[in-house]
Amino acid sequence: MEKEKHHIVPYKVYVYILLALISLTFGSIGIVHLNLGGYSVLGALIFSTIKSILVLSIFMHLKFDQPFLRIMVGFVALVFSAVIFITFLDYYFR
Amino acid sequence: MQTATQIPHDVNYLDYKGKYKGIFAWIFSTDHKRIALLYLYSIMTMFAVGVILGLGMKLELIAPGRTIMGPQTYNSFFTVHGVIMIFMVVIPGLPAVFGNFMLPIMIGAKDVAFPKVNLLSWYFYVAGALLVIASVLFGNGTPDTGWTFYAPYSFKTGTNLLPAIFGAFILGFSSILTGLNFIVTIHRMRAPGMTWFKMPLFPWSLYGTAWIQLLATPVVGITLVLVALERIFGIGVFDPALGGDPVLYQHLFWIYSHPAVYVMILPAMGAISEIIPTFSQKHIFGYKAIIASTLAIAFVGYFVWGHHMFTSGMSGTAQYTFSVLTFLVAIPSAIKVFNWISTMHKGSINPDIPFLWAVTFIFVFMIGGFSGLVLGALATNVYVHDTAFVVAHFHFIVFGGVGFAFFGAIHYWFPKMFGRMYNKVWAKLGWAFFTIGFLTLYSPMFYLGMMGMPRRYYDYLPEFHAANILSTMGSWVMTIGLLIIVINLFRSAKLGPNADINPWNGKTLEWTVPSPPPVENFDEIPVYGEKDGPYEY
Repeated sequence: MEKEKHHIVPYKVYVYILLALISLTFGSIGIVHLNLGGYSVLGALIFSTIKSILVLSIFMHLKFDQPFLRIMVGFVALVFSAVIFITFLDYYFR
Repeated sequence: MQTATQIPHDVNYLDYKGKYKGIFAWIFSTDHKRIALLYLYSIMTMFAVGVILGLGMKLELIAPGRTIMGPQTYNSFFTVHGVIMIFMVVIPGLPAVFGNFMLPIMIGAKDVAFPKVNLLSWYFYVAGALLVIASVLFGNGTPDTGWTFYAPYSFKTGTNLLPAIFGAFILGFSSILTGLNFIVTIHRMRAPGMTWFKMPLFPWSLYGTAWIQLLATPVVGITLVLVALERIFGIGVFDPALGGDPVLYQHLFWIYSHPAVYVMILPAMGAISEIIPTFSQKHIFGYKAIIASTLAIAFVGYFVWGHHMFTSGMSGTAQYTFSVLTFLVAIPSAIKVFNWISTMHKGSINPDIPFLWAVTFIFVFMIGGFSGLVLGALATNVYVHDTAFVVAHFHFIVFGGVGFAFFGAIHYWFPKMFGRMYNKVWAKLGWAFFTIGFLTLYSPMFYLGMMGMPRRYYDYLPEFHAANILSTMGSWVMTIGLLIIVINLFRSAKLGPNADINPWNGKTLEWTVPSPPPVENFDEIPVYGEKDGPYEY
């Protein structure tokens, strides 16, 4: 454990990420007003995915951690994507 | 204060006098073994409540019409029976009791990775259980929605639903914390030399289970919060009158609650995978195939939730997809059964109590599994949906699977946990009564369902009478069996003869430590050599 290096992220990077998250939140709300029909859900999910990636990689330090952990989180993301995809097999074909 | 490293090795965890005394020595203990026993006693208490409610329901169904309760009371009985049995008994059952007790010892660790978080998870369990009980005792009547809290009825009913929902929500936290603890413990604390493929199968099953607990439980948590918000503020997520979609509730609920079936059954399978090689005195057949099937069940189990919703108005595309995926999950389950049977083949079988429970588990699990295929097929599902057939199926899987494995596990590990042996004659009698009662109770429900008797009704047509009488009598026989088992174990924990370190000639690490184990399990952390393995007979 002692041998593992701890990457220190500068504060200004955190501020940039915070601003990006706020902008993306406004984006995910704004897309509803574009009247894209069923695709507005897809749009909102894309915004949320980008936000999650930013939080996971910078705030939760995944970008600077072992590749094994990235693979595990990637696998989890894959499972959730599959769950959402299968759910929409109902909504888009109903 | 005595630090962990100063604890003498010859003091077992039951006799250890720490900083606190009396009940506080238990409820403030971070020892994984004491926490396991806290879970055992809490779960058995809730199980007793669930059994009493179940007996009441079966007594009501002994004759058509009103027997001992009216429809509203019956609705409340099956709701609370379901909430208690699912959220407080079968989901935490094997992982929280035997996982907590055995996992660190089986992988050669002194405790779990986060002992305080482990204790916190038990506090969450108790808080959740108290909230559910509060929903029964206070407010505008006991919840009557069924354990699934289906929308839109869950925000229309005038009964006291919110405490039950928050209780289930908090119980979810308990489950998540246990899962997180197990994943980290298995990754970081295995004994030196114990590679992934030298780890026993019970920890492997807990590993698969822990991932489901961690990933699926938050989904039901947020869903229950949405129901509460719908009920309090009318936000319109699930209410069709407000533009919501009640089928979305069913998706979200079953995205957790179907994988939850695997939270229940995977550790049960893990325990069976320990018992069978020990009592066959033979290396487990297909060790890696069992591991692969465990992970495959955990993975595929995520994608089959829609088979609970075939009659809910889902799209045809979704129905075909879920039906195919449901049939896929049968494959790894069958692989396990094949491997267990093959392990017994040409083994030196010792038909002692745990083995009897294990083989009965296989028998009832197969009946439950095959009836699951009937429900997984679209055409037959429509015919038997919401009938007594479904009740029979899931009791064969959930109670048959988890119950038989739980009792198998407790009879297997009891000498290690308490340092004493139980009375084997009474134990066999308990097993016999329980098995006969179980089969008499639930088998007639397959017939009743095929004949069209709907579930969740306090009344039925006269032609269903005979099978219902048989089923109710089965519930009495099974309860006699339960009483024999519980009294025998409680009595033996205090008065039974001292047990050996390794009474069954097991080969996993828990059989190398004293019975009961010392506070820190091992004097020195064991080291696995090149040729060491968990089932080297």
